[in-house]
Amino acid sequence: MFGVQQHNAPGHVLCCMCGVGMPPNPAGMCVDCIRSQVDITDGIQKQCTVLYCNQCARYLQPPRHWIRADLESKELLTFCIKRVKGLGKVKLTDAGFIWTEPHSKRLKIKLTVQKEVLNGAILQQTFVVEFVVEWHMCDACSRAAANADQWTACVQVRQKVEHKRTFLFLEQLILKHGMEANTIGIKSQPDGLDFYYGSRSHGLKLLDFLQQVVPVRARHDKQLVSHDANNNTYNYQYTFMVEIVPVCKEDIVCLPHKVSLGLGGVGPIMLVTRVGASFQLTDPSTLRQIWVAADQYYRSPYKPIGSAKMMTEYIVLDIEPADMGRQRAGKYLLADVQVARLADFGVNDVILHAKTHLGHHLNPGDTAFGYDLASLQIVDPELEKYKHGVQLPDVLLVKKSYQEKRRRRRQKGVGRGWKLQRMDIAEEEAAGGAKGAREEERRANDEELFMQELEEDEDVRAQVQIFRDAAAQPRAAAATNDDEDDDDDDVPEVPIECLLDELSLNRRVDPDVGGGGGDEYDEDDGDEYEEGEEDEEMAD
Amino acid sequence: MAVRLQYENSNDIGVFANLTNSYCITALGGSENFYSVFQSELASDIPVVKTSIAGTRLVGRMSVGNKNGLLLPNSVTDQELLHMRNSLPDDLIIQRVDERLSALGNCIACNDYVALIHPDLDEETEEIVADVLGVEVFRQTIAGNTLVGSYCCFTNQGGVVHPQTTIQDLDELSSLLQVPLVAGTMNRGSDVISAGLIANDWAAFCGLDTTSTELQVVENILKLKQLQPSSLVTNLRASLVDALV
Repeated sequence: MFGVQQHNAPGHVLCCMCGVGMPPNPAGMCVDCIRSQVDITDGIQKQCTVLYCNQCARYLQPPRHWIRADLESKELLTFCIKRVKGLGKVKLTDAGFIWTEPHSKRLKIKLTVQKEVLNGAILQQTFVVEFVVEWHMCDACSRAAANADQWTACVQVRQKVEHKRTFLFLEQLILKHGMEANTIGIKSQPDGLDFYYGSRSHGLKLLDFLQQVVPVRARHDKQLVSHDANNNTYNYQYTFMVEIVPVCKEDIVCLPHKVSLGLGGVGPIMLVTRVGASFQLTDPSTLRQIWVAADQYYRSPYKPIGSAKMMTEYIVLDIEPADMGRQRAGKYLLADVQVARLADFGVNDVILHAKTHLGHHLNPGDTAFGYDLASLQIVDPELEKYKHGVQLPDVLLVKKSYQEKRRRRRQKGVGRGWKLQRMDIAEEEAAGGAKGAREEERRANDEELFMQELEEDEDVRAQVQIFRDAAAQPRAAAATNDDEDDDDDDVPEVPIECLLDELSLNRRVDPDVGGGGGDEYDEDDGDEYEEGEEDEEMAD
Repeated sequence: MAVRLQYENSNDIGVFANLTNSYCITALGGSENFYSVFQSELASDIPVVKTSIAGTRLVGRMSVGNKNGLLLPNSVTDQELLHMRNSLPDDLIIQRVDERLSALGNCIACNDYVALIHPDLDEETEEIVADVLGVEVFRQTIAGNTLVGSYCCFTNQGGVVHPQTTIQDLDELSSLLQVPLVAGTMNRGSDVISAGLIANDWAAFCGLDTTSTELQVVENILKLKQLQPSSLVTNLRASLVDALV
């Protein structure tokens, strides 16, 4: 009936469904019947939606990665297959695109899958999955396209001091923690910065961040923009006013009498030694240290009586530890010091005696910055409230100075081997003429001071990201003529291990689109990076 | 005619019943349905006995028999043995077998004249099978399976074997058994034949999943269709004519 058979081959059996003769198989059914009985593509998505950013021609790889892929490319096929749910239960053997019109917003892929069915029979099936391409602007493009004037939330950060060093530090902190990612605009204001956001929660996020890194007090305000009575929806503009405590590192303050008493009669003349979420005050004559939180400060606020600008440079004539060197706190050691003003040095013989907390740091012959309290005009209402008056020291040393050595190094042509990232801050309209030049000079001065602080203070340096400056020539090459005395070796500088290698994205601006959403990026290598987020790797 | 039925939602009816030309044993069930089907088909001709074997319901797999005798594993209880002695015909020899492979139904397949047994069964058991059941005994495998009782089902008329059986094996088995054999499936493609099919010379029962194609194969090979009165007459006439001529 079934023709000539091999003798030791299994004979024909009848398919249990349709009765057709067939070689026996584990399912006991002919292939057609198995096909009709089981659909191995059952449970596999046949239609999916993919999100596509029309502006930058990238596809969303959930949760938040955007990848670039050409039509009918290998990458797009991989991406599409990843988006199909249920493929884990079958074995994928072949995949390919079916041609669709480029503007149809549809992608079709043909998949061939295999699966074991009915006691061990392996079935292969081919089917088509259709993808609907939905246009959805990616975060980066929508930020670029957003108008900073159409903000929903605004965080106004202010510090009422004369310099901008706090904001330079804050900028680095924000960059390191990627807190600027959601902003639609950052504007510089006379006393601080304004951050604009498209949604309230983004603003709150920055607010939370600021409260963790600097001593602040904040106020929330909202203004009704529009109101739909039918839908009971309200459209507000939210403003968060963040005021940073106007006390900076290296300032001196005079504690109000009550505060001083509350802290056990400390001070009242205190030096600000560290600033974090709260700030640290140190009494240089007793080495007593206290931490003051922002809310504590604002209960009875006080202003600094001296800030970095008023500091004078001294030369250390003699220094010896006070009290047999027993008085120490952290890295500080209480010492008696004899200093002379650098300006007076060689002019007159005025020698000033003082106690200082810098016993570990200073040596005879060093220069140091300090406040000349004897000659400084101090107008402070708190100071006058002390009944018995306050015995002000003649001089209050703040830190070791490297000014002269730095100047010498600069003359030799040794520059900084590092640089910082900058945020994209819209400056207010530059004042013209002499005023503008003065502003510019002040800003450069602040930046220089901030960079020096980074070099001198490891604690601050640890909080920010510092990048290798490829443009700067290495120090060894510049300082070849080492014949002269090289006593500038102890000038603090950022060790090369701390520097990061920067990732450069070459921005190619489309000429007819201009800035904004049409920006294209040429990546150095084939990988995709999220815009705005730069992956750094440690140098060395 | 072959009948399709189910035992408590299971299609493996061969596990729960044993059918020979002189008696039928069925398992005790939660309901009477399973037993009633056998009762209505067979009660007019042969006794249908409800019992358990060794306390289990797996009577089809634990026991093996034909019209001459019935073999039970040594785990069967005295009470069950007594019950079966009382219910089954007096001329039937009921014998307990002291065999390590106690699922006798899986290891032995037989009709009234021939038996195939598992290659590893004891010599003693082989002798008992030959004596009690009155059959010629062959140690055999079916399509490489040693459980001959599971993968084939045959009567004095014909039989169905495992679908993977080669033509050579099929010929060999057929000549041993002296009945026509066919490779087939039961219960919609299952290769465990005797779980899906129990049969004697004039009746067959299949699992409920068995398709009409499978049923037709069974009916053809077991010659169940020809038992219709009309076919009986034509058969008779043919042989009469044959004898006269």
